[in-house]
Amino acid sequence: MSVLAVEGLRAWYRTSALGVSRDVRAVDGISFTVEADEIYGLAGESSSGKTTLIKTIAAATQPPLEVVAGTITFTFPGGAIEMQRADRRTLASIRWRHLSYIMQGSMSVLNPVRRIRHAFVDFAFRHIGEPKPRFFETVRAHLARLRLEPDVLDAYPHQLSGGMRQRVTIALATVCRPEFIIADEPTTALDVVVQKDVLAMIREIQRELGSSILFVTHDMAVHANLADRLGIMYGGRLVEEGRTADLFRSPRHPYTAHLIASLPRVGDTTPKAGLSGAPPNLADPPAGCRFHPRCPRASDICRREVPPLEPLAPGHRVACFHPEPA
Amino acid sequence: MSALLELDHVSRFYGGGLFAGRRVLAVNDVSLRLEAGRPEIFTVVGESGSGKTTLARMILNMVPASAGTIRFLGTDLATIHSGAARRAFMRKVQPIFQNPFEAFNPMKRVDRYLFATARRMADVATDVAVAEAADSALKSVGLSLAEVRGRFPHQLSGGQLQRVAIARALISKPALLVADEPVSMIDASLRASIVNLLRELRDRNGLTIIYITHDLATAYYVSDRIIVMRHGSVVESGNARTVLDNPKHPYSQLLKSSVLSPEVPTGVSHA
Repeated sequence: MSVLAVEGLRAWYRTSALGVSRDVRAVDGISFTVEADEIYGLAGESSSGKTTLIKTIAAATQPPLEVVAGTITFTFPGGAIEMQRADRRTLASIRWRHLSYIMQGSMSVLNPVRRIRHAFVDFAFRHIGEPKPRFFETVRAHLARLRLEPDVLDAYPHQLSGGMRQRVTIALATVCRPEFIIADEPTTALDVVVQKDVLAMIREIQRELGSSILFVTHDMAVHANLADRLGIMYGGRLVEEGRTADLFRSPRHPYTAHLIASLPRVGDTTPKAGLSGAPPNLADPPAGCRFHPRCPRASDICRREVPPLEPLAPGHRVACFHPEPA
Repeated sequence: MSALLELDHVSRFYGGGLFAGRRVLAVNDVSLRLEAGRPEIFTVVGESGSGKTTLARMILNMVPASAGTIRFLGTDLATIHSGAARRAFMRKVQPIFQNPFEAFNPMKRVDRYLFATARRMADVATDVAVAEAADSALKSVGLSLAEVRGRFPHQLSGGQLQRVAIARALISKPALLVADEPVSMIDASLRASIVNLLRELRDRNGLTIIYITHDLATAYYVSDRIIVMRHGSVVESGNARTVLDNPKHPYSQLLKSSVLSPEVPTGVSHA
């Protein structure tokens, strides 16, 4: 069963000043679903629209960002909620209880002048609905799951190391046992040694809670180790989607193929080529396939028509007129 | 052979003064030697707080060493005081920073950086000569002045902007580049081209590059020699491939085992 279904979503930054209007098409026609109990990885470079997509999914849109078309539907035990139609009270009641977030900068999630315990009270107390002593017991038990001492509740954020802080934000996001978690580059700011532990912990807690995670990062190595399914974004569109193992074994879209081929590995000295050209300008995207100016396989049709995202194999969708051979 | 850069038991600590409280040893007794006339990519790896950036700042003469001496082409950096001596040093040793979007002022056209550097560092005066110096530096990083002229930083991609930053560093014809995490903020599709550029600069321009990173995979790809730092000390050093293929120190082994392999691990059940 899909926990999240996104249909034909278009979210644009629309500005108009002094008679000049400008649309930045950051998310332009995206459809996908996230199933129960899976980690869906979303990859793409900066300005590919990943952050806009998750903002829209979380209904955290503010002008000039506007949802121009499409629907976002969450199915929680309480029933289906269409995020674009939901009123503020509905959103407030599902946020953190059913839909929570792990952010990149733990220092900007946690208030630097308040102890960690206040963060738990602010975020989770009303959703858990237990009296304070019982509530803190729950919190302590949950911290133990992430191998954090109960003492961290009395610490200020600056007293904790980067890895511990990030585990605190994971604890915050998971303490209400939400069905859906959005994780935006949660390990990008961490050291390699710490990153591995934190990823293992995210995996462990996801297994235990059976939640779905929409995991966003540009780091393909992280996706390889964590995601069940993977969606690749380029220029505001999904260009390829499939099971992680399939995508890494036989990428079909030329962009995905390049991303995977150019990953440096320890023990591998074969020359890696960079991709020529620059990411598309989303205010004035190229016609047809947005990847065509940089694509080695581009032909005439790519310059005229937008390739639809279509299944090439079961569970493997690709938006390309000339996919790489399997 | 004479040394291009020589670090002799260099340490740096912060704090420990009357009001500063606890003394923090950022770099602890590091010695190394880069030969002149033998261009190489010398990599410094370690996690945050391992002292690699402090080491870079000392080599760039931005902070003085607390103990030990750093000599560049025989000159002790501690003896560089006058403006002229500083400029002469800066001509030969140039930095490249992590985030090109922070290195450039967003309100200033990027070509102005190139022109100002050419006037100050490359002894060219006429507008034509300045433009030529900028153009030839840009050409060696795969850009040209025509592409960059009049552009603001936000009009260039991260990869292009980092190339401009490298071109700016090349204008004064340096002998040594100190690149502190030059690719960690660059998009994946452009990262390989910047890393390849570093190799090209070594082979074609004969530049020695100190490459500071926490990314062992790119380190393996580009480096000739490597040192692994932890808590300010060098724990392992040697030929990059040898060290990374078969690390001896427990910390280097831990670092290597923490690198996420881009292979999808078997045994992970994919729903």
